[in-house]
Amino acid sequence: MQPYLKLDHIDKIFTRGNASTEVLKDINLTIEKGEYVSIIGHSGCGKSTLLNIVAGLTDPTMGCVLLENREVNSPGPDRAVVFQNHSLLPWLTVYENVRLGVDKVFSSSKTRAERDAWTMHNLNLVQMAHAKDKRPAEISGGMKQRVGIARALAMEPKVLLLDEPFGALDALTRAHLQDSVMALHQKLGNTILMITHDVDEAVLLSDRIVMMTNGPSARIGEVLDVPLARPRKRLELSTNAAYLKCRLRVLEFLYERHRFVEAA
Amino acid sequence: MNMPAMKTEPATAVRATTAAPVVTMTPKRPPRADKYIKVARETAARVVPPLIVLALGMLFWELVCRRAGSALPPPSRVFKETKELIFDPFFDHGGIDKGLFWHLSASLQRVALGYSLAAVAGIALGTLVGQSVWAMRGLDPIFQVLRTIPPLAWLPLSLAAFRDGQPSAIFVIFITSIWPIIINTAVGIRNIPQDYRNVAAVVQLNPLEFFWKIMIPAAAPYIFTGLRIGIGLSWLAIVAAEMLIGGVGIGFFIWDAWNSSHISEIILALFYVGIIGFVLDRLIAGLAKIVTRGTALN
Repeated sequence: MQPYLKLDHIDKIFTRGNASTEVLKDINLTIEKGEYVSIIGHSGCGKSTLLNIVAGLTDPTMGCVLLENREVNSPGPDRAVVFQNHSLLPWLTVYENVRLGVDKVFSSSKTRAERDAWTMHNLNLVQMAHAKDKRPAEISGGMKQRVGIARALAMEPKVLLLDEPFGALDALTRAHLQDSVMALHQKLGNTILMITHDVDEAVLLSDRIVMMTNGPSARIGEVLDVPLARPRKRLELSTNAAYLKCRLRVLEFLYERHRFVEAA
Repeated sequence: MNMPAMKTEPATAVRATTAAPVVTMTPKRPPRADKYIKVARETAARVVPPLIVLALGMLFWELVCRRAGSALPPPSRVFKETKELIFDPFFDHGGIDKGLFWHLSASLQRVALGYSLAAVAGIALGTLVGQSVWAMRGLDPIFQVLRTIPPLAWLPLSLAAFRDGQPSAIFVIFITSIWPIIINTAVGIRNIPQDYRNVAAVVQLNPLEFFWKIMIPAAAPYIFTGLRIGIGLSWLAIVAAEMLIGGVGIGFFIWDAWNSSHISEIILALFYVGIIGFVLDRLIAGLAKIVTRGTALN
């Protein structure tokens, strides 16, 4: 079977003046359809750069991204991004923020009424339909992120890219939103690539965890399969042996073998 | 919905009794009279202090200028001498012998035309300079030099080019008010967060959609700052320009009054100029509030 999403020998070198920094080195990764893959690593290891390359917002220096065997090198709604800081447009309402993407993606394939229904459907999926006429400034951080997810989902992406989507949230809201994302993944079967620096989050949500070494020249250090059946329950897992083992593996990788070097 | 209103509506009352478990929560509101008193108090707090200062100022002016032989008339004489102009602003005896309404409206029309052109051209040029590094490198130094030229210095040149007072005055308004609009728009466009650009890229907005849906709303607070400075400057420039080009207009009215030694008329005209300048500024500020919906600066 052909891989759904393939990162093929990706290098990224940032050049500023005469100084050039190699951020990513020889990244190879294949993701199957419907898979939930997390990329974890210390901050500054280039995981956000990697996500931006998949999103098409940054060009790789070498190598390419293949989606269904076709090279992608510019941003598009087939790889919708949920940004870390939600990036909702403050002058639009919640509804209009989601509708903006819907109108572009389905401009010819759906009628006006269908686009409206589809927008509301996606707001319902993240339980934000009640706030559809509010502006981003009027809703909480967790709600903004839900709308961000709705906006991305509404574009019917082939791959959903999550850039530390829960990073800016408090622990309780984060847990709640993680459960929502799990439920959505279960229900819609999206292919998801998520950047995170939270070990529990990675183990709880992912089918596979990609662990990155420290930059510069970050590589994929290890890929861990998470053999936990879905649907997963946060409370039950907290004493599950397989869960704890996965968690330990990631922790060992991050804190023993590739400890974060201050100001490396 | 408050309690007395419910009593007068039998339908609501019946429903309330039959479907007893459904309790509609009606938040307690202060009685209407209280609300009016509060609003009145807040208004008074803002209106009364400037009125007191104004009254004291007039009193001082009256005391200083009332003695015989003073160069400027006291407010009482200003009022006496300009009563006709104040109470009949609409007369029209042909030529430039018109009521103040006509003078002011002629000036406002010139400002409206010159300023509208400046707004459109300024936002367009500002967007270009803000968006393109090469446009900025090429145009910005030139703009920085041109914007320091005083408005009236443009007038002889524009008279030479247009050979007519009317378009020259409009050009002076245009060239005066365009610089702050260009510069502020450019800053606003340059400051659009990368996040918004990323969103636009993922959604694949085309350049025109990007302009209308991202750039203009994101830069709106800056653009309106430029527009407010621009309207102030154009109102400043019109009076000076009209003094030189003549014809109907508040500027020439002032100059004409000076030539015929009607000092009171000058004072009245200045009063109107100030009030209208203030109203224009508030108008643009109000428009900004509506357009940016008060949320653009979050």
